[in-house]
Amino acid sequence: MAALTVPVLRTKAPLLRNRAAAKLLLLALITAVLLPLLHGHSWPHHLTVSLTRPLTDASDWIIDNRDTHPLFLYFFGYVSNAVVLSVRAVYVALLAIGWPGVTALGALVAWRVAGPRLAAGTAAAFLACGALGMWEPTMQTFALMVVAVLVSVLLGAALGLAGGLSARLDRALRPVLDTMQVLPAFAYLLPVVLVFGIGVPAAVLATVVYAAPPMARLTALGLRGADPEVLEAVESLGATRRQRLLTARVPLARRELLLGLNQTIMMALSMAVIASVIGAGGLGDRVYQALSTVDVGQALAAGIPIVLLAVVLDRVTGAAGATRDEGPRTIGRPYVLAVTAAAALAARLLGVLDWPNGWTVRIAAPVDHAVDWMTSHLYSGVPVVGGTADWAAHFTTWVLDPVRDGLQWLPWWSVLLVVAALAWLIGTWRTALTAVLALAAIGVLGVWEPSLDTLSQVLAAVAVTLVLGFATGIAAARSDRVERALRPVLDVCQTMPQFVYLIPVVALFGVGRAPAVAAAVVYALPAVVRITAQGLRQVDPAALESARSLGATGRQQLWQVQLPLARRALLLAVNQGVVLVLAVVIIGGLVGGGALGYDVAFGLAQGDLATGLVAGAAIVCLGLALDRVTQPTGRRPRKGA
Amino acid sequence: MRTRPRTTIPVALAVLGLAGGCGAADMTEQASPFAHTGGGRSVTLSVQSWVGAESNVAVARYLLEHKLGYRVDTVQVDEVPAWDALSQGRVDAILEDWGHPDQEKRYVEDKKTIARAGDLGVTGHIGWFVPTYLVRQHPDITDWHNLDKYASLFRTAESGGKGQLMDGSPSYVTNDKALVKNLRLDYQVVFAGSEAAQITQMKQFAKERKPFLTYWYSPQWLFRKVPMTEVKLPPYKDGCDADAAKIACAYPRTPLQKYLNADFARSGGKAAEFLKKFRWTTDDQNEVSLLIAQDKLSPDQAAAKWVDGHPSVWKRWLS
Repeated sequence: MAALTVPVLRTKAPLLRNRAAAKLLLLALITAVLLPLLHGHSWPHHLTVSLTRPLTDASDWIIDNRDTHPLFLYFFGYVSNAVVLSVRAVYVALLAIGWPGVTALGALVAWRVAGPRLAAGTAAAFLACGALGMWEPTMQTFALMVVAVLVSVLLGAALGLAGGLSARLDRALRPVLDTMQVLPAFAYLLPVVLVFGIGVPAAVLATVVYAAPPMARLTALGLRGADPEVLEAVESLGATRRQRLLTARVPLARRELLLGLNQTIMMALSMAVIASVIGAGGLGDRVYQALSTVDVGQALAAGIPIVLLAVVLDRVTGAAGATRDEGPRTIGRPYVLAVTAAAALAARLLGVLDWPNGWTVRIAAPVDHAVDWMTSHLYSGVPVVGGTADWAAHFTTWVLDPVRDGLQWLPWWSVLLVVAALAWLIGTWRTALTAVLALAAIGVLGVWEPSLDTLSQVLAAVAVTLVLGFATGIAAARSDRVERALRPVLDVCQTMPQFVYLIPVVALFGVGRAPAVAAAVVYALPAVVRITAQGLRQVDPAALESARSLGATGRQQLWQVQLPLARRALLLAVNQGVVLVLAVVIIGGLVGGGALGYDVAFGLAQGDLATGLVAGAAIVCLGLALDRVTQPTGRRPRKGA
Repeated sequence: MRTRPRTTIPVALAVLGLAGGCGAADMTEQASPFAHTGGGRSVTLSVQSWVGAESNVAVARYLLEHKLGYRVDTVQVDEVPAWDALSQGRVDAILEDWGHPDQEKRYVEDKKTIARAGDLGVTGHIGWFVPTYLVRQHPDITDWHNLDKYASLFRTAESGGKGQLMDGSPSYVTNDKALVKNLRLDYQVVFAGSEAAQITQMKQFAKERKPFLTYWYSPQWLFRKVPMTEVKLPPYKDGCDADAAKIACAYPRTPLQKYLNADFARSGGKAAEFLKKFRWTTDDQNEVSLLIAQDKLSPDQAAAKWVDGHPSVWKRWLS
């Protein structure tokens, strides 16, 4: 995901230390008052509400009435119909212009908005998809993405417009959007499937729910951040409200709008594979099917096109956002159309609309050999350091088990207390309250124990991620060469569908919680590295210079100047790390992670709404609590972007 | 036809607006947007996550495409959601079902949206298995009475001091938690979470010749790669699995069933007739599965190979 803005650092308030003590004292006081009412270790049974009965009834009702009830016939039916028809229209159009047409169109559009270098990259990416034998699934995914992104952008922009124009709406929307962005994609699937059934409509809608929030947030942010002086000038010219919006505020927010588009596309693509669990088809389905034969090579062959699409779309939309002025375009719109039509026509006449069979490269076999070699040599019996299986076992026994048992041993109210204290010290009383309420909701739902199990995995994975991420981030910040070398690696780690590396991870670490943690670390590391590096690089050069002139060594500069000054960025890295780790730890339910992730997978696989939805809700609450605990400030920066 | 995607969407939406102005839209009657694009007749088959099911589909697909001239789409869906998709007509057929009495009652008997299509010819069996190399060292391990004696062999980081009984995908039928409890075994059920993860772990254990105890089922191609022996549980009797919480007996042997969407069964023409007649043996299925999973042939190539070698079997399905 392109640019993560790192807010400017805040000066430390002199009273901070005292205020922190006061907060803790107050919390201790509240606890002391309530203590006689609190007892037991696990969440008390009489404080839980069982939703099994109503949820099972609801599920049965929907299945029985899906083909008769007016709500379905006259509302959901049309929604679903519209999605099917539009995806189909795009897909048929893509097939009709064939691979030469699609490649030409993609390359020329990239050229138009981002220049010839990216155009060449785009063309190469499309051709690579074909060469991997994945042309048809790539087009299916592409068709689905086009529709999902379009709907997300329209929906997001509408919400963002509302939020940008009305302060009250903004206050109401912001927490909802903030929350939606921290939710793991896996938690969205079940409710959508229940209403729409397995298939493309459900996949598209789940993707829209997941991908629309960033567009809405950034649109609102862009509109609110418009320079007041410009607006005043426009107003003094006698422009009406609508004119002000269209001629001044929207153009001024162009950067944010394009960033929103970029983020939306990235989120949608990351959902493409997860949505294959509910019948999205396309590349995700190929990855998912390859997994059933434990065929990592085949999964990779389907995963690479996703990475390529993501990287290309990210760069192209990023470049479109970066060019501010309407400079002379390299190529005109008619030219793009003409060349595309020519390519499509030529392909049609030559009869090569489908990717030619002989032009594919089979990468599955060599990749499988490599993975086999790796897993059989690293798994165990490596001299001195021991094999990966031994590490995993040690990690489980010495880290995961104590953390989990410790959390589950703690009385439930003390967990709430710790969360409240942490959230309040880092954020404001509002974030603390939200975190505590979210955690309490988990208890009420009756999934306290599995949630703490999941939490223990998250904590362990975050700890590993931060150690590795900060170290790599510091290295990247101090050397341009390291950063350049890291960039493609980070891109791939961030966009590669998690399903692809779940299996090698099992082959290395065995079934259990350890592979779930490992996969989470791989996924969350890039974001942490990026934010850390960016934060360190943004430290005021003057401060560094003065430290250097005072004779500080490199190490001293790092520890005493750079790191403290980049505190905000580091906290943001922690926050992002936590959110990303949670998302993958949940998917880790598929490799023996157990706990909430397994419950969601079980709910999806068995159509068991009662288990799946409750676990999904618990994940939502856990995500909310973790996000609020680590949120650096009560309010995210409003000014600028 | 040579419209650009960007203009297509508004056009499609406009058409939809006109067409949708009146009447109801029953979404249970909608097919996948990716189906039927090639023109002509097409069939959508559900593929479940295990390779045996993939073999059925591969061979059926090959014959439908090459001998009957259909276009075949496949969708990977878990077992229970597949029933739902079948009743909605989003898939036309399930070729291998391991027994879902609740769904059968709801869709086949009450709603009549799904029709039975006979036996697949393969008998499925679920059980607990240990690798055969372990049986050679401890011959009495194949009786559940002796499992406790060997619990320490099966201990892992995940099983918390007890022996580990590994279970697989959440979509599979399993009574293992109840069995461990009711037979009072010193074991912990550890869910691998997906069959892929389970197979990877079993192969890894087998490579190291380590002991393991696992939930597994036959027919399954992995038996040829990792020979395994079943552990005898208290014998299955009719009705002994009636109360899920009190089960203390082995799993039954299930003749695997085929199901078709009811409309498709009536008006599916040659394809429906063919799928009803589709019937082969465990060995046939294993042969194809092994080609796919071990020799890494694509399902299509594996099916072609099998079809070449067994004309007498499949000719009967086409008659």
